[in-house]
Amino acid sequence: MKRFLAFLRKEFFHIFRDPRTLIILFGIPIAQLMLFGYVMTNEVRNVKIAIVDHSQDDFSKRLTNRLLSSGFFQLSAIPTAEADYENLFRSGTIKELVIFGPDFGRHLINEGRADIQVIADASEPNAAQLIVNYTTAITNSFVKNELMKDQVLPGINIKVRMLFNENMRDAYNFIPGLIAVILMLISAMMTAITIAREKESGTMEILLASPLRPIQIILGKVVPYMLLSIVSALVVLALGMIVFKVPVIGSFALLLAEILLYIFLALSLGILISTFVDSQLTAMAISGFVLMLPSILLSGFIFPIKNMPIPLQVIANLMPPRWFIEINRSVMLKGGGLAEIWPNTLILLGLSILFIFISVKKFKIRLQ
Amino acid sequence: MITKEPVITVKNMVKKFGHFVANDNLNFEVYKGEIFGFLGANGAGKTTAIRILCGLSTPTSGEMKVAGFDVFRQTEKIKQNIGYMSQKFSLYEDLTIYQNIRFYGGVYGMKVAERKARTTEMLDRLGLTDYENRKIGDLPLGWKQKLAFSIAILHQPKIVFLDEPTGGVDPITRRQFWNLIYEAVEKGITVFVTTHYMDEAEYCDRVSIMADGRIVALDTPEKLKEQYNASNMDEVFLKIAR
Repeated sequence: MKRFLAFLRKEFFHIFRDPRTLIILFGIPIAQLMLFGYVMTNEVRNVKIAIVDHSQDDFSKRLTNRLLSSGFFQLSAIPTAEADYENLFRSGTIKELVIFGPDFGRHLINEGRADIQVIADASEPNAAQLIVNYTTAITNSFVKNELMKDQVLPGINIKVRMLFNENMRDAYNFIPGLIAVILMLISAMMTAITIAREKESGTMEILLASPLRPIQIILGKVVPYMLLSIVSALVVLALGMIVFKVPVIGSFALLLAEILLYIFLALSLGILISTFVDSQLTAMAISGFVLMLPSILLSGFIFPIKNMPIPLQVIANLMPPRWFIEINRSVMLKGGGLAEIWPNTLILLGLSILFIFISVKKFKIRLQ
Repeated sequence: MITKEPVITVKNMVKKFGHFVANDNLNFEVYKGEIFGFLGANGAGKTTAIRILCGLSTPTSGEMKVAGFDVFRQTEKIKQNIGYMSQKFSLYEDLTIYQNIRFYGGVYGMKVAERKARTTEMLDRLGLTDYENRKIGDLPLGWKQKLAFSIAILHQPKIVFLDEPTGGVDPITRRQFWNLIYEAVEKGITVFVTTHYMDEAEYCDRVSIMADGRIVALDTPEKLKEQYNASNMDEVFLKIAR
């Protein structure tokens, strides 16, 4: 035990001696959080548009006002010649163009139908689709309010509720996902690097020739990063709850327990990686590229897994973050309990045991 | 000081990696208090043998005892009784001298008072007392190696294994390093050293010379020179290798 403590103390010296470690442990999570929170947003806000009004009547002006006062759009140009339209899009001055046909109001009242043309910049298809949807929705509600307030509409009135995320806030999606990605990054990568460093510098030989048992060496490597990862996870969780107002509806204790299990899994993956590599650089490359990209792209964090081709779905199912993100979403947003997430928990547990099993096997072969 | 009491006995030691035989039936004894030189060209099997004796690698077959403990079953006890310095530099560059000493003292389970007393004495001998809080990475290579050796024997092991400890340092530093080795021997520590500097072979009490996984010669440097009719160990080595 005394030996183990001496080893632990040394590990903490390493960590606090090297500012890079602390930057990776705490700088990266906070930077990623801010990036995802403020840059990678899918919400429509202040989109630059142009409006061409060929009728200039009461209705077209009121609809224009409605669009511009919604907060989603911002008037950037009022082109007069048709020749300008394309230039405005090409130069990026506007993302959408709304054209009212002549006699907009008169057609609307007399015939019950009038034409608006909406042209969007589809070089970013997802954004274009969103912008057009918003424009359509505002127009429809305008027509309903202005024209048909005294009439009983025949037909179906659809009332939509977006369950678990009523306001369609992006943060509700990315905080649970980000916790998974960040913990995978720091826990797996840091463990892999720190063990690879001992091998690279030759000190691993000395440790193995000392009375320290291999299990003590591994634990001594893992425990400090486990503690730091927990702190890091709590920081991300707290920032998510305070800055981005993401709720934790389910049991907080359950969430923490699952986070702990996931950290354990990431650490065992880090140990597994370290048994294959001999240098810090390879360790970083493997955990960086081989681990990071799939865990962002194939985990359901950004792209839904169900829409992927079957082979990719199979690979995605092998990604630990994929199962953990589901747990996070369930507990944080839906108030899920163990009854809902036990299969995922079992999978995380199973993967951890598998990784440790392979590591121990590899370790023994290495010693012979 | 040399007795005929063996601290290392090796009988029929064989180590195979697949079809490659790294150690082919080695037999030798190392006596308490001697400097035992382990010579051979690169790839002759020196490092494999030293790793087995340190409990870092399991031999394929044979009967080996180190400090009275069995290499197959009692590696933990062996590790407690030996010191090891590998050919790669073995201290933590990003930690200070003091932190390194404290770490190794802790790993070998030394008592705090004992560690402190020996540390003071050791730093004084090396002339490093004022540099206790320097980072290892800032020291010149010669100092690092002397320090690494001193730390490897801080817990006063029965045997210390040195795997090419003087690689890459100048002759003066090598001489100083050997003075440290003699001091260790005076304290009753047995030294098992591999090297490919033939002048260092002259400093050993007995040397064994390995080639292709086998021991081809084993005796005192004087007798080897006599036997091969050579004026120095370099000639002996060249004659054997031929």
